Amino acid sequence: MSQAATELIRISGHAGTVPGAGLNREFQVCKLVDTTTCIGCKACEVACLEWNGYTFSETTFNNSYQTMPETAWNYWNLIKFNEHEREDGTLMLLMRKDQCMHCEDPGCLAACPAEAAIVQYANGIVDFQEANCIGCGYCMTGCPFNIPKFSPKARKVFKCTLCNDRVSVGLEPACIKACPTGCLHFGTKKEMKELAETRAEQLREHSGYREAGVYDPPGVGGTHVIYVLHDAKNPELYGGLPKNPQVPLMVRLWKHPLKWIGNFGIIFGVVGVFIHYLRYGPKVVEGDEDKGHGAKP
Amino acid sequence: MSREPYLLPNGRVLRYTFHERVVHWLTGVSYLYLLFTGLAFWSPWLFWIAVVLGGDTISRELHPWFGLVFIVGVSLMYKMWHRQMKETPSDKAWWAAIGHYIRNEDDQVPSADRFNPGQKLLFWGFFWNGILLLLSGLILWFPQYIPWNLRFLRLAAVFLHPVFALATIALFIIHVYMGTAMERGAFGSVIRGDVSRAWANKHHHTWYEQLLRDSAARK
Repeated sequence: MSQAATELIRISGHAGTVPGAGLNREFQVCKLVDTTTCIGCKACEVACLEWNGYTFSETTFNNSYQTMPETAWNYWNLIKFNEHEREDGTLMLLMRKDQCMHCEDPGCLAACPAEAAIVQYANGIVDFQEANCIGCGYCMTGCPFNIPKFSPKARKVFKCTLCNDRVSVGLEPACIKACPTGCLHFGTKKEMKELAETRAEQLREHSGYREAGVYDPPGVGGTHVIYVLHDAKNPELYGGLPKNPQVPLMVRLWKHPLKWIGNFGIIFGVVGVFIHYLRYGPKVVEGDEDKGHGAKP
Repeated sequence: MSREPYLLPNGRVLRYTFHERVVHWLTGVSYLYLLFTGLAFWSPWLFWIAVVLGGDTISRELHPWFGLVFIVGVSLMYKMWHRQMKETPSDKAWWAAIGHYIRNEDDQVPSADRFNPGQKLLFWGFFWNGILLLLSGLILWFPQYIPWNLRFLRLAAVFLHPVFALATIALFIIHVYMGTAMERGAFGSVIRGDVSRAWANKHHHTWYEQLLRDSAARK
């Protein structure tokens, strides 16, 4: 797993090919969050801060267990609580650990104009390289999960690294290590997908959650963080998890058709005026001292 | 406008006042910076421009500030030129003869006032695209303050800002070509301010005639 964690397959704002891509065997890593066994203890939040060296941020109180409304530039891992009233009147406390989803097709990377500010490793981790970040915030617009956050101090954008520094030396991410219930799992994408599907089946067949399922959204090519949900039909209930996240159409239009139309237009314009000069030459004023020498055809 | 002594004693004609020239270059220089840094963010193949201009982070930080300078320039231009840039009934005939203008058959082109209809298009093109670039640019400047439920504004800005910029680039290419290579004397007019009487008579005949009439009336 360690080699794939240092091998790049995608680089933001990069002209040309990705050096070294496709040379080694690829191991796809994956984090599995089983929301059905999460107890909302927030050990993962603390472990994330500990490992990444951030101090505990000021919390907000809104009559729930929610630490703060959303993740922050120095708070990458946040459990979203939702007191959900079901149709039969019973209450369910839904808890979902929110963090970067590490999309297979990352919207942040697609939108980023800075060379190598965002990279995707062969193991699936999408990581920000703050040294190359120019702080434009386009990643914040490209992300369908509202994950990248701007730091006013650093004037750069930060997010969960999936503990790339730990994973590359064969350790599991800090949040996984801290989880006391075992609702967090870490392994290869294939293994985690199988484990998740088994758990979802268990929930459907033995626990009465008929809509239980796995959240691995195909709109972004699948993610390297997947969820088991009691109700996979309504992911929005889990702190606003989007039903069908996608790289935004506007980002796609800008990066593909507009770029080519624009490039063609600019080149056409510059060549056009040059050809015009060769064909028609300057507008010469008779009796003027700075007469052109253009010959009429 | 007629209060200025446009007919200079040395047989030259004052085309642009000192104030007009300063405003032109305030806008022009800030536009060049915006164009080059903007092109750097536009394509990875042009990202090196940001490095040449002092670094990618500096370019991102300064691009919006130069945008404000550009908008100040555009506003001053609006203040001093918008009346002269108004469309007049004779503009239609000029546009109908655009083919002759392009082929340098200038004797078949209706005479122009101080600004010909092409220059008016340039002015209004830069004016309106400038406003649209400002609005979309403000969103791109502070994306962290646009809340998630208004995300469509950020998405629209990401796409539309380069669209408006491309529109100005089209105008800019023609403007620079005409001002430097095609119309001899035009570049000098926006540097030193003056043109020859023959130049004024040829390119802006209606304007020149008016200057002569005003001058005769003053005497």
